[in-house]
Amino acid sequence: MNRRDSLKAIGLGTLSATMLLDACKPGTKKTAEDTNDEKITPDEAGRLPEEIERDKKLIAEKFFTDHEMATITILGDIIIPKDAKSGSASDAKVPEFIEFIVKDMPEHQTPMRGGLRWLDVQCLNRYSKTFADASYQQQIEMVTEIAYPNKVKPGMQQGVSFFNLMRNLTATGFFTTKMGIEDIGYAGNSPGQWTGVPADVLKHYGMEDVV
Amino acid sequence: MNDIQIKKSSQTYDAIIVGSGAGGGMAGYVLAHAGLKVLMLEAGPFFDPAKDSLQLKWPYESPRRGAGTNRAFGDFDGAYGGWELEGEPYTTKDKTEFHWFRARMLGGRTNHWGRISLRMGPDDFKGHHIDGLTDDWPITYDDVKPFYDKVDRMIGVYGTVENLPNEPDGIFLPPPKPRLNELYIKKGAAKAGVKVIAGRGSVLTEALPGNKDRGACFFCGQCGRSCKIYGDFSSSSCLVIPAMKTGNLKVISNAMVREVLTDGSGQATGVSYISKDDMQEYQVKAGMVILGASAGESARLLLNSKSAAHPNGLANSSGVVGKYLHDSTGSSAGGFLPQLMDRKRYNEDGVGSVHIYGPWVYDNKKLDFPRGYHIEFGGGMGMPGYGFGWDMQKMNGVVPGKDGKMKEAGGFGASLKDDYRRFYGTGFGMAGRGMAIAREDNYCEIDPNVVDKYGIPVLRFNYKWSDYEIKQAKHMQDTFQHVMHEMGAIYGPPHGPETNYGLEAPGRIIHEVGTVRMGDDPKKSALNKYCQAHDCKNLFVVDAAPFVQQGDKNATWTILALSMRTAEYILSQRKKLNV
Repeated sequence: MNRRDSLKAIGLGTLSATMLLDACKPGTKKTAEDTNDEKITPDEAGRLPEEIERDKKLIAEKFFTDHEMATITILGDIIIPKDAKSGSASDAKVPEFIEFIVKDMPEHQTPMRGGLRWLDVQCLNRYSKTFADASYQQQIEMVTEIAYPNKVKPGMQQGVSFFNLMRNLTATGFFTTKMGIEDIGYAGNSPGQWTGVPADVLKHYGMEDVV
Repeated sequence: MNDIQIKKSSQTYDAIIVGSGAGGGMAGYVLAHAGLKVLMLEAGPFFDPAKDSLQLKWPYESPRRGAGTNRAFGDFDGAYGGWELEGEPYTTKDKTEFHWFRARMLGGRTNHWGRISLRMGPDDFKGHHIDGLTDDWPITYDDVKPFYDKVDRMIGVYGTVENLPNEPDGIFLPPPKPRLNELYIKKGAAKAGVKVIAGRGSVLTEALPGNKDRGACFFCGQCGRSCKIYGDFSSSSCLVIPAMKTGNLKVISNAMVREVLTDGSGQATGVSYISKDDMQEYQVKAGMVILGASAGESARLLLNSKSAAHPNGLANSSGVVGKYLHDSTGSSAGGFLPQLMDRKRYNEDGVGSVHIYGPWVYDNKKLDFPRGYHIEFGGGMGMPGYGFGWDMQKMNGVVPGKDGKMKEAGGFGASLKDDYRRFYGTGFGMAGRGMAIAREDNYCEIDPNVVDKYGIPVLRFNYKWSDYEIKQAKHMQDTFQHVMHEMGAIYGPPHGPETNYGLEAPGRIIHEVGTVRMGDDPKKSALNKYCQAHDCKNLFVVDAAPFVQQGDKNATWTILALSMRTAEYILSQRKKLNV
């Protein structure tokens, strides 16, 4: 089945299918398959010159030091590790996303930079090593102290704030990649027909009468 | 040598239209199809959704994953612009607050709007008898109904016939069915005594009869990005581009209009504008000038168009231009449905407008605020974007894990990773959009001290909510709590008095109207009931500026109907050689 027929098969009228194919001709529109997660440079169609310029400038800048990036990478993979279903945060290039987003949203810069230093000072006092140089055991011990907001020990609240932000950025960075979207199971962003909640789902939730 | 000069065009058009949004687009469409030679000036670039829409892009095609740093509603949104524009400031007076959203592009804000397409009802046009508040329009629902009908047929709107007293039915395409979360909302709302019906939106859920240029919706839920197959209403795709095909309408983009030009007798002769492409000054001439630049920009243009004949600004002998500015109220809430954790995955993108909404059908006599609001609902397994998974530590400690045991909030590792999967698609939201009473002391005016980068004096806003709007927001919050409780949802406490019950600042709902109001009395209004200036018979305003009093309904469908009505009036008057 060619693409036009497959669009028709899922219920698109001839007109919609033709128009969509025309609008998505090669060269004017990339399909999801053509895009890989590693490419951070966005394509330029439909974007304003000043937006393109700003993104290029941000991408060219460097914010985090190599040591900070190494720490972010370890933390990210502790937060979202590889499992049976998908890869880890660093497999999905989450550290690169975090590097970009703090340049795009400067309000994250001080909480991130300061939080990373707070973490290193904690580890130096406890283990005489930075977080990145500490053993895996020690890293997990440290993270455990700041990962559970409701049972935080006095004096550790700043670490909780930092880890909440790190958890947020890691989750957002991971689940917005191709890998993360496949993991979460988002099934849309493709032409189709919406005919309502599938019958088996309605039945499962006892919602047959509500429609 | 002076390299700035004013270039005067020798051609005289039948009409110049300033602005290409819903109002300007509709006027251009009607006049061009009737054979008039029309020049349309747009302050932003040309935009054709077929080529320029960012529909079907994935979050990872944006380095910020679609966040709103560049564009207010995110990288893929269909609006070039936002509440702040580089080099185009506005100011506020006496520490009041107003946020002015501008989209500079062909089609204006219609490229990204929510497509919620509600008619105003009989009591919205003539509501003074209900509570003695605000002013009546000089026209009734019955005057506008034939134009709403024509707009429905021409552009397309889905919905259901409900026979509600002040929520008039239209000529509807079938509505999209509710998503699973929305069934929970319907069920919860019914228990809470809140009426919920099918949404009403300008999306072609079926092919539009008689239209071969627009495709039917393919249900990606991304109307906010504008539609490549013209499956929803944008002024660019549905009005301006078709009008250009008649050969009678010419668009000049990147043309920022400075003022409306008038002759010694006070008649409009054309406009002057600055081209953003070459930064040169231009003057163009026409038999009439039609403003559809937005409620704020049209008022600004009139106030900046002073002359001996119009010392107070054009069409402003009454002094009302800029006054009675009002935006819809807005307050919202949301939560998640623990019943839906670990739910089955399928594509439920649906349409990009509302699948269900709650019209206002209640009696105000027992309430402490006038008029009412509608509620927009949504939720489900949407496309992840920036912000996805945020604040899991506030969610995963309040419901049992897969093993039935409560877990400690927050965390990390494989168990946390699984929580994101478990919670995906359980979220929902609801937002009230209500009627604010038009008041003379909420206004915009020309700031005497400030110009934009083109040297055009800018608007200064003075806007305050009254107790009416604050009490309405409180009622919204109480209603949301009730509905969410009946849904069996998990949710936070209501917004309280410290935030005016979550009442959004004026301008944030982007429904601003009322600045060049119509009326029968030239001493109290700027326009007659056909949106023709009392002081200048060949000047018309076709955006939301002529609104006397907005209902809780979103403004676009009424802008379209009134603009069509004005354009047809112009055609009938031309036949009588009056303009």
